Amino acid sequence: MSLAFDDYGRPYIILRDQGSKKRMKGLEAYKSNILAAKAVANTLSSSLGPKGMDKMLVSPDGDVSVTNDGSIIVEKMEIQHPTAKLLVELSQSQDAEIGDGTTGVVVLAGKLLEQALTLLDKGNHPLKISDGFDRACDVAIKHLETISEEIDIQANEHEALIQAACTALGSKVVSKRKRELGKIAVTAVLDVADLARKDVNLDLIKIQTKTGGSVEDTRLISGILIDKDMSHPQMPKEVKEAKICLLTCPFEPPKPKTKHNINISSAEDYKKLYQQEQQYFVDMVKLVKDSGANIALCQWGFDDEANHLLLQNELPAVRWVSGTDVELIAMATGARIIPRFQEITPEKLGKAGSVKEVQFGTSNERMLVIENCQCTKAVTILIRGGSQMIVDEAKRSIHDAICVIRNLIKDNRIVYGGGSAELACAIQVLQYADEVSSVEQYAIRSFADALEGIPCCLADNCGLNPITSVAQAKSRQLQENNPRIGIDCMELGTTDMKEQRIYETLSSKKQQIQLATQVVKMILKIDDVIAPDDY
Amino acid sequence: MDIVGNVLPQVLKDEATEDKGEMARLQSFVGAIAVADLVKTTLGPKGMDKILKPTGPGQEMTHITVTNDGATILRSMYVENPAAKILIEISKTQDEEVGDGTTTVAVLAGELLREGEKLIQKRIHPQHVIAGWRIARDVALKRLRDISSENDINSQEFHDDLVKIARTTLSSKLITTDRDYFADLCVKAVLRLKGSSNLDYIQIIKLPGGTIRDSYLDDGFILKKQITIGCKRRIENAKILVANTAMDYDKIKIYGTKVKVNSMDKVAEIEAAEKEKMKHKVDKILKYQPTVFVNRQLIYNYPEQLLADSGITVIEHADFEGMERVAAATGAEILSTFDAPERSAQVLGHCDLIEEIMIGEEKMIKFSGCKKNEACTIVLRGASTHILDEVDRSIHDALCVLITTVKNRRVVWGGGNSEMQMAAACEEEAKKVQGKQAFAIEAFARALRQIPTIICDNGGYDSAELIQNFKVELQKGNQICGLNMTDGTIGNMSELGVKECLRVKEQALMAASEAAELIMRVDDIVKCAPRKRERA
Repeated sequence: MSLAFDDYGRPYIILRDQGSKKRMKGLEAYKSNILAAKAVANTLSSSLGPKGMDKMLVSPDGDVSVTNDGSIIVEKMEIQHPTAKLLVELSQSQDAEIGDGTTGVVVLAGKLLEQALTLLDKGNHPLKISDGFDRACDVAIKHLETISEEIDIQANEHEALIQAACTALGSKVVSKRKRELGKIAVTAVLDVADLARKDVNLDLIKIQTKTGGSVEDTRLISGILIDKDMSHPQMPKEVKEAKICLLTCPFEPPKPKTKHNINISSAEDYKKLYQQEQQYFVDMVKLVKDSGANIALCQWGFDDEANHLLLQNELPAVRWVSGTDVELIAMATGARIIPRFQEITPEKLGKAGSVKEVQFGTSNERMLVIENCQCTKAVTILIRGGSQMIVDEAKRSIHDAICVIRNLIKDNRIVYGGGSAELACAIQVLQYADEVSSVEQYAIRSFADALEGIPCCLADNCGLNPITSVAQAKSRQLQENNPRIGIDCMELGTTDMKEQRIYETLSSKKQQIQLATQVVKMILKIDDVIAPDDY
Repeated sequence: MDIVGNVLPQVLKDEATEDKGEMARLQSFVGAIAVADLVKTTLGPKGMDKILKPTGPGQEMTHITVTNDGATILRSMYVENPAAKILIEISKTQDEEVGDGTTTVAVLAGELLREGEKLIQKRIHPQHVIAGWRIARDVALKRLRDISSENDINSQEFHDDLVKIARTTLSSKLITTDRDYFADLCVKAVLRLKGSSNLDYIQIIKLPGGTIRDSYLDDGFILKKQITIGCKRRIENAKILVANTAMDYDKIKIYGTKVKVNSMDKVAEIEAAEKEKMKHKVDKILKYQPTVFVNRQLIYNYPEQLLADSGITVIEHADFEGMERVAAATGAEILSTFDAPERSAQVLGHCDLIEEIMIGEEKMIKFSGCKKNEACTIVLRGASTHILDEVDRSIHDALCVLITTVKNRRVVWGGGNSEMQMAAACEEEAKKVQGKQAFAIEAFARALRQIPTIICDNGGYDSAELIQNFKVELQKGNQICGLNMTDGTIGNMSELGVKECLRVKEQALMAASEAAELIMRVDDIVKCAPRKRERA
């Protein structure tokens, strides 16, 4: 195939090392790519929706994690197929941008590819399919905006936000406590949100995990929790009206970066050096103490002698505080991070209501809580659970919920879940297809079918008959002109998603459809795969 | 190849596997149930022990462990099945959180999954099973809390409860014959803590030799160290200075220093300066006027001699934990600089008597009559290190449970009473629930009832007969009945004095149901290709 002949009939090589490379071209390449991507989408499709199942993933080192989060599943599957990898990135970009709907986006892409395969079999040109999808996508997005509703996030003690968080948490293992966890997430986000600018700095919400207890014991701490304890066992366990000195230099004699030698040539030198060494520690502690600080948090270690001097001067201190914690504390307490002892001034100290040590369980693990910080209200969500896997999954779920709430604060338009939005778009796209005269109309119609695949998948996961329930929902949408009819996953007896209060953010839905279409278009443009043979 | 005949491209890496649907579920059930079955014979007062033997090259003859403790068994096991790992994980968490019930939690999760498997075979969707379990768990938890009782922390009743709880915990262990003795010992130790939950204050020293009966609780504090030669062996009214400081020829901490001299005289001078520096430090220490000096780091001969000359008893090389305990017990501050002798009264620890004692063959230092009387030491004796290790684990379990009880104060009746009550509550609830979930609720009840059943089986009694009689007895309204494992009958738990801590039961119930739910929700297992390791 990659061997050609010149005018004189001599063969020449187009592709070097052909024997050791595998090449796929044309229809074969399309199909192979689509099948690989579909295989990934198929794995995820059973995780979609409130009754979706989890996946158990065993890492190369044998660690187990159980999760329902699409982006984590595809990441931990360690996919090697290049086209399938595109879906991994798809899920991850949804995660980075929106934080939720990572499963939905992959499933939608899978459904689109499935349709594309049939179209290819019928002899459609890939680029025509891709154009059709593109146009259908625009129609769907526009329609999404028309059916979206603005909600009042303040009303009824932020009920709408809690509901949205519940929708996000509903599909996870923690769904039993979704109401409580939803409330925690909402309170946490509102505590740190800047409502005037409609922005939320998620860095201010720290999610700390600790095994033990159960998911119910998860709580919100209005302060920062750090997994450290006081540097000396005899320091006081609680500091009220704390003035925090945040240091990034160790309580140790200086270690200049430049290579040097100090030569001791006489006994006097020796004595002097000894005194100087002692003086270092005294000075350091004095500088901190003089600034009026009553607690020192340091990113580095302490020398034993310095540690004791701190104790002697009644200055509680914490060592080896992680870099991210240092920054968080600086933001929350208004402290300046101080890199040198000489630069400590009273203005640079951070203020907090209290700093205290708390203890968990029998194994004697202690943590520090910094409460009532002066500047912003940094908060910590402390997640508890029966095992490491539960705690990890709860952490991911809460992260999703927090992202949803943030998106709602940024943009308070919502669409209804339960597959209703996809169904409404599908109807709209189908109508549009009839108006298109060119060959793209087949692709546009297939796009509508793919959108319908989402409610189908939802119904399937909930143990409902997918064809009947989707058909019913679709006909009711058309008859009543009500875009809120979806699949009754929770078996509550109504298919109106407004009554079930299943909220999803408009931004997330829009992003899902756009990203999925883009990836499918990209896959459809590949007509030649050249790779090493052993792949 | 899929049904149409297309060749499926390979998506995952070589050697990676993916199991879906039924296969995945089967794999989880098999793994989890196997682990639960493995530990279930250790459950209850008549449970058996396991020998854990390390494997691998050169490990054949190394130290083996004999134990009855679920967490220890599970932790030492190497399993590959991911569901089994989840069970091991909850057992570990149970150990960290409450210290006991580590076997129960794994067995309960295993039994739940065994019941769950049957439901799935009946074509009930896992999500329905989970929904039922969630209802059942709430009902069970409510009943568990309802049947618990609380006593005032200072009352005699509470004290009695503690002894009973300790007895119940210890009854399944090696030391069951001496459980009254050890129960009393543990309760005394925990009550000394006066409500604090710091287990560090209770020191356990294991010394081979003698019999288990020779173990005792020492109200002083024992340090496994020797007093340096040439010092007094018995100090009354001791003033103790606890330090963490270098007592060798002090290293210079300033970076990059180097001694460079050009004559022998200078060397001598510097040597003298070094000596003087040490002497200076010792002098500073002397200003505090201690009678005993305990240092974490080693002490060179010269300062040791200086201190001994001044009549100070020197203890060097105390380990970190030991030192913290000495400091806590005697009320001393751990010093690293010695420039404030005026704070002497504040920083020195105090105790009435320090003496060197002999336990078995070993010399130790005993601090008695300490300033803060919270610390105490449990000295364990026994015929071999295996026995001692197991006794240590048992005592640790009992202490953890007692501390949890002191914090929580709520107790329930033991002997399977709480499980049977919870099961009964679930069954009542199942009658009221519409839909398929009811089957799952019944299954939950059966799983709970498995715990007393296994206890009976392990005791060699007719479990079917006993459990049915137990059920009837409860139905009659006898709230305090339970299994009498000495006679194999249904007995009165109040008369037998079998009590358990509510917190332990709560945690076991919640962790087990959470784990079972987690495993039940899985429909796909992806195993990544194992990381290639370079062979040395």
